[in-house]
Amino acid sequence: MDALRDLLLTYETLVGYVGINTLLALSIYATLSAGQLSLANAGFMAIGAYTGALLTLRAGLPFPLVLVAATLVPALVAVPLGLPVLRLRGVFLAIATIGFGEVVRLGFVNWDYVNGAMGLDAIPQKTRLWMIWLAVAAALFLFARLRGSRAGLALEAIREDETAARSMGIGTTSHKLAVLALGASLAGLAGAFEAHLTFTVAPNGFAFGRVIDMLVQAVVGGTLVFYGPLLGAAFLTILPELLREIGARAGVAPGAFRPMVNGLVLLLVILFLPNGLASLPARWRARRGRR
Amino acid sequence: MGQQALNGIFVGSIYALFAVGYTLVFGVLDILNLAHQAVFMLSAFLALTLVATAHLPLGAAMLVAILAAGVLGIVLERIAFRPLRGRADSNISGLISSLAMATVFEAIALQLFGPDISRFPLGTFPDRVVRIGTATASLLQIVIVGVAVALMAALSLLIARTRLGRQLRAVAESPRAARVLGIDVDRVIAYAFFLSSALGGAAGVLFGLAFNSISPDVGRSVELKGLAVIILGGMGSIPGAVVAGFALGLVETFTVARFGSSFRDVVSFAVLFLVLVARPRGLFGQASVREG
Repeated sequence: MDALRDLLLTYETLVGYVGINTLLALSIYATLSAGQLSLANAGFMAIGAYTGALLTLRAGLPFPLVLVAATLVPALVAVPLGLPVLRLRGVFLAIATIGFGEVVRLGFVNWDYVNGAMGLDAIPQKTRLWMIWLAVAAALFLFARLRGSRAGLALEAIREDETAARSMGIGTTSHKLAVLALGASLAGLAGAFEAHLTFTVAPNGFAFGRVIDMLVQAVVGGTLVFYGPLLGAAFLTILPELLREIGARAGVAPGAFRPMVNGLVLLLVILFLPNGLASLPARWRARRGRR
Repeated sequence: MGQQALNGIFVGSIYALFAVGYTLVFGVLDILNLAHQAVFMLSAFLALTLVATAHLPLGAAMLVAILAAGVLGIVLERIAFRPLRGRADSNISGLISSLAMATVFEAIALQLFGPDISRFPLGTFPDRVVRIGTATASLLQIVIVGVAVALMAALSLLIARTRLGRQLRAVAESPRAARVLGIDVDRVIAYAFFLSSALGGAAGVLFGLAFNSISPDVGRSVELKGLAVIILGGMGSIPGAVVAGFALGLVETFTVARFGSSFRDVVSFAVLFLVLVARPRGLFGQASVREG
């Protein structure tokens, strides 16, 4: 009986993590849908996680309000960040936002009120599976509705050619700012969920590697359709668990196994399947059609 | 004061050497090679292994590690960059594929050397102290600065004076025009990766010797400093990277002396951020590079 409960418990954590990772991958997808590679999301996630944890621990706010705050605060930070930074293009935007993420992390490391590098712990476990998946469903619904709408078309135009989009009268800055704030909100919410699931927040959990994980999942799933990030997050969260046994038998060190799988999957996808797992059905159909 | 300046120059020489390789590839290809830090790390591990297990003398080990890093660069280019060339979004997909390679390299290092810090065996380098005015430096520090400066000077000469250097500059200017002029662009790009990665590998060995602690994630912090350096210097500019590398080393050392070591990394990101917002072309960069 105990064994069964343990099994359910591990399974539950995994399902929860697929949901949290989907929110994070969607947060990267939000800016990528306007062709902007912003890597600030580990910083936004940290802001959401710390906002949530502090409001629960120090202010004793009810959980729904905590989640609302964790969603709003990162977006409020994103706007003044975005105004100067979104003028940069391509690689330069990526670098500037990497810098922002690190500044946020180092800020928390040097902030004594939140215990510096040790972080906060003993956060009550208030996150429930249904909450995570409700948020995922809401986010997916939002992105699904966006497709084909006026705003969605504007984002697509910006992704294809920013200068052309602007000359056609599309407010490129406001659209880019909106998706940056949306991504920040999703990342912040995911951070609050995670903090109230794992009992702790610490600056180390929001290092550069974290935003890379988000990017990998979004890209592997596919960044042209809204359900791509869901596929990528599910695939890359579950695959290492499935392969763990095989990896251990082949003598791969446990710490090395996850990054190895992540790196190889990402490389294969970017080389051979540029539009991600989400483009597989169309490819199969095309191949069958040719025969 | 003099002591801080000396320490700053010492750290700065390693940052500069790392960043020169970084910026070389960016200048030629307009692609950020985020696997540069992994090459840096693997090369440090290789030198360590050659010294500790194969008992090679340090100079020989370093030479082998640098050449191996260069070859790794060529492999990297073949796997992660060449297949993407000509794709519309090649500078973002190249960034992502180089990240994938970095992850794989780090996983390989984790598998081979474990997550803990590895160190060079005692007495790898003679422990001697030299006085310069009122300041002191170890012989190792002086040799490190000397090697770094010599390598950067050699690269500058190569780019300014040799046939390969001229071809590199031509490809950086316009790959299409270079091809029309009969330059084998793919071969020149492979050379650029060899040079860049060899310099990154040299920086890795020097870094490993300087701080005597090598772990699979050692490249991460240097990578972010390297980004600050190439942004400050101007993307693609080699003299810019050299100047900015030393500048960052100095600023960082003085900040640590003044405000404490927890502010060490804050400096580089503040620099990176301010330069990008206020003067994105950096100190020596060309404005035209910015247009996406």
